[in-house]
Amino acid sequence: MSFAIAVLLLQDGITNGAIYVLLAVALVLVFTVTRIVFIPQGDLVAFTGLTLTAFETGTVPGTVWILAAAAAIALAMDLMPLILRGRLDLAVRPLIEMGLIPGIIIALSLFAVPREASLLWKMAATLAVITALAPLMHRIVFQPLVSASPLILLIAAVAVHFGLTSLGLHFFGPEGVRTPGFTGPSISIFGFQFTQQSLGVIACSVLLSAGLYAFFSRALTGKALLAAAFNRRGAELIGVSAVGAGRRVALIAGLVGAISGLLIGPTTTLYYDSGFILGLKGLVGGIIGGLAGYPFAVAGALLVGVVEAFASFWASAYRDVIVFTLIIPVLFWRSMVAPHHEEETE
Amino acid sequence: MIRQILARLPLIALALVVLASLVLTNYRLTLVTYVMIYAIVCIALVLMTGVVGMVSFGQAAFVGIGAYATAYLTAELGLSPWLGLLVALTACGVAAYLIGQMTVRMSGHYLALVTLCFCISVYFLIGNTEVLGKFNGMTGIPPLSIAGYEMRSERSIFYVVLSGLALTSWWVRRILKGRVGRGLRSLRTGGLIAETFGVDANALRMMAFVSAAMLAGFSGWLYAHFQRFVNPTPFGVQMSIEYLFMVVIGGVGHIWGAILGAGLVTVIKQELQDVLRPFLGETTRLDMLVFSTLMVFMLIVARQGIWPLVVRAFAKWMPRPKPVMAIEIGNRRVMPPPQTVVLEAVAMRKTFGGLVAVDDVSFSISAGEVLGLLGPNGAGKSTLFNLITGVLPLSSGGIRLFAKELSVVDVREMCRRGVARTFQHVKLVPDMTLIENVAIGAASLGQKGLLGATFGLDRAEEQRILGWSMHLLQRVGLASRAWDLAGSLPLGHQRVLEIARALAADPFLLLLDEPAAGLRANEKTELAALLRSLRNSGLAILLVEHDMEFVASIADRLMVMNFGRRIAMGHPDSVRADPMVQDAYLGAAA
Repeated sequence: MSFAIAVLLLQDGITNGAIYVLLAVALVLVFTVTRIVFIPQGDLVAFTGLTLTAFETGTVPGTVWILAAAAAIALAMDLMPLILRGRLDLAVRPLIEMGLIPGIIIALSLFAVPREASLLWKMAATLAVITALAPLMHRIVFQPLVSASPLILLIAAVAVHFGLTSLGLHFFGPEGVRTPGFTGPSISIFGFQFTQQSLGVIACSVLLSAGLYAFFSRALTGKALLAAAFNRRGAELIGVSAVGAGRRVALIAGLVGAISGLLIGPTTTLYYDSGFILGLKGLVGGIIGGLAGYPFAVAGALLVGVVEAFASFWASAYRDVIVFTLIIPVLFWRSMVAPHHEEETE
Repeated sequence: MIRQILARLPLIALALVVLASLVLTNYRLTLVTYVMIYAIVCIALVLMTGVVGMVSFGQAAFVGIGAYATAYLTAELGLSPWLGLLVALTACGVAAYLIGQMTVRMSGHYLALVTLCFCISVYFLIGNTEVLGKFNGMTGIPPLSIAGYEMRSERSIFYVVLSGLALTSWWVRRILKGRVGRGLRSLRTGGLIAETFGVDANALRMMAFVSAAMLAGFSGWLYAHFQRFVNPTPFGVQMSIEYLFMVVIGGVGHIWGAILGAGLVTVIKQELQDVLRPFLGETTRLDMLVFSTLMVFMLIVARQGIWPLVVRAFAKWMPRPKPVMAIEIGNRRVMPPPQTVVLEAVAMRKTFGGLVAVDDVSFSISAGEVLGLLGPNGAGKSTLFNLITGVLPLSSGGIRLFAKELSVVDVREMCRRGVARTFQHVKLVPDMTLIENVAIGAASLGQKGLLGATFGLDRAEEQRILGWSMHLLQRVGLASRAWDLAGSLPLGHQRVLEIARALAADPFLLLLDEPAAGLRANEKTELAALLRSLRNSGLAILLVEHDMEFVASIADRLMVMNFGRRIAMGHPDSVRADPMVQDAYLGAAA
């Protein structure tokens, strides 16, 4: 293998890795705050590509209907107890959060995104639809399970993934899509050619991860979320609600997922069920970071991307075998160096 | 009546299934056969996930290894399916052992992830391997034959699979009951309890992991000879997750739950498509949506799964446990004569960075003596306790038990040498009965392992261990609640139960970490009486406590620590009169 090819593969790997970084960061985020291994994160990514493509072809994406249904269910779940208790004065917030906001997004997607609209406008609409989905998912499935064990939460996450895949197939069909991306001549840095696409992906990934890092180490909301992650009961005693924290973190995960989808769409063909393996690769990256540390999660996700790029060059059929087998020793090493603590399941 | 039915539930269920098989159509028979094949994998998961608490995403891969091993041997090489079984089990066992070598030590997520990666790798490996037929799979797998009779029909293979399931449930139920089983069941609360009483937690984890993999391989072998062709699809991660799904829905720690879960999930998935077709149209795949909605709904309404609900509904009629006769074991350790030095600590020192937590502390405890260790918060009592129990390594100094160095041996060996302890934060297995919790303490007194439990060779030993545990429960005054769950006890009784468990190891030296914390006045009196009687039987006792009154009432000598140093040592009265001790407790006299 020549040096040029190696550089090309490395570039490819880092670009893919940058997406896995976003997935890993989102998964780590959701896990630390809620103990949920958020498998549907990958589905959000895949649905972003499918939604944007639907807008491109001038049809109403199925995700809009999913959003409508989810908002209706979530709203009903929130309002029901209030009606029974006769506390309609408390209904304003759910009505805004789960009625008005999704309603606006749905109305916009239905009426304000014509086929000839600009790509950026369509991207914005896609972003809004996908981002809004995540907190609703949290409300419907995970909020009732807020104190359940990690295993139960994981199984629930898997159930959500199965449900989303089924919806994806129903609305989008089995065909894969590629979305339009950044175009323009490649840029030369230090004598190496970089496509604008991959530079854009890397830049977005760096900005987003850094932004999240700053949010959690500086901003009060971020710290409150981490407090909820660290000790749920303690956080609730000082006025940080675990449910609220979970929903907020789901919102962030949704946003990050949608952005990842917009970034990966142009380089990877996305199918209705692509989310699973994407999510797994992000998860593996995150686990390398011990599902706790961002710097390690970033390194782990990049590693997955690079190994994948080289593996597909040498033995394309065995790509996933190589990626997932090589990860095992890394996991082993991480488990050795990670601070060991007896974890109690009850 | 109901009680008798419940007591014979396994046999009755078996009989019902056999009867049902006579009237079921072939289509139904096949469906039930699938359920039973999945149930075997699920029971294995109950063992490793439900009981031990290790989550595996790799079970489907082990099923696949089993299926492909026998497929290759029989269809490709023309060998006997029975040889296929042997190879399938060996292959799964070896693969699991190798993975286990690096995973059983790992904490939660690493194990799950490694098995996940393993499963994906195996799936793509099989799917890309020429001799295994790539993603198209392998055909021409011969049916099983017993004494020349070929199991070709749906009905005949049905009975084979049913026997396999019955055997699996019987075996898992059996090993969970005995000495190994108690060790396994304690692991869900962490390995510390097992290790403290001389059981190698990682060896047990490995045993559970390898057993689960081999059972999965067995299921794969049945699958291959039932379906007579294999392809990689049913051995991917999705299926691994589905197995977990089944177990969680059924009730994660219960064999019946596993069977129930396998049945529910399989039948619902199968039937849902037919039921929904008129509503959703011919080509729909929305049945998966309905399916996952149902699953989430079940998780929300019955978080522990369905079987525990059934158990609760029938709790009144659950079969009563066989009474256990209290016995004192014959080969007890011979207590040394009073005044013999049991434990001697010489210049024990522990530093954390620049902080000296324990500063050159020396003391000794003799047989038939209670040494009380007192000190204000942060005095270094807990650190000292952790040093003696081997939880923390010494920075310098030594600890000797009967003049033999103790600080170099691991926690398990300490138990075997006759040191037993309790925990400051009670560590019991809440979903095991009192008598079983005590019996964990006696683990080092038995020898029978997996094979002994399998072939029922552990009956005499079990009788001895349980009888001994009952004896100790009587001694601490909890015998009337022997068959209650430990989690249902009030805190005071839980502490006493911990003492009974420590005594079960038949120790020379008993280390008690704040046994009176959170106890009511009358409970403290009872505890004091118990400790006195233990002392009189020749036991050496180290008692770490906050409560001056309590310790002074039973300790022969008191040692007081402050800022990591020993500031006083001697008879309780003289120690209490010591001005330095009064300073430490009340602050400098104003």
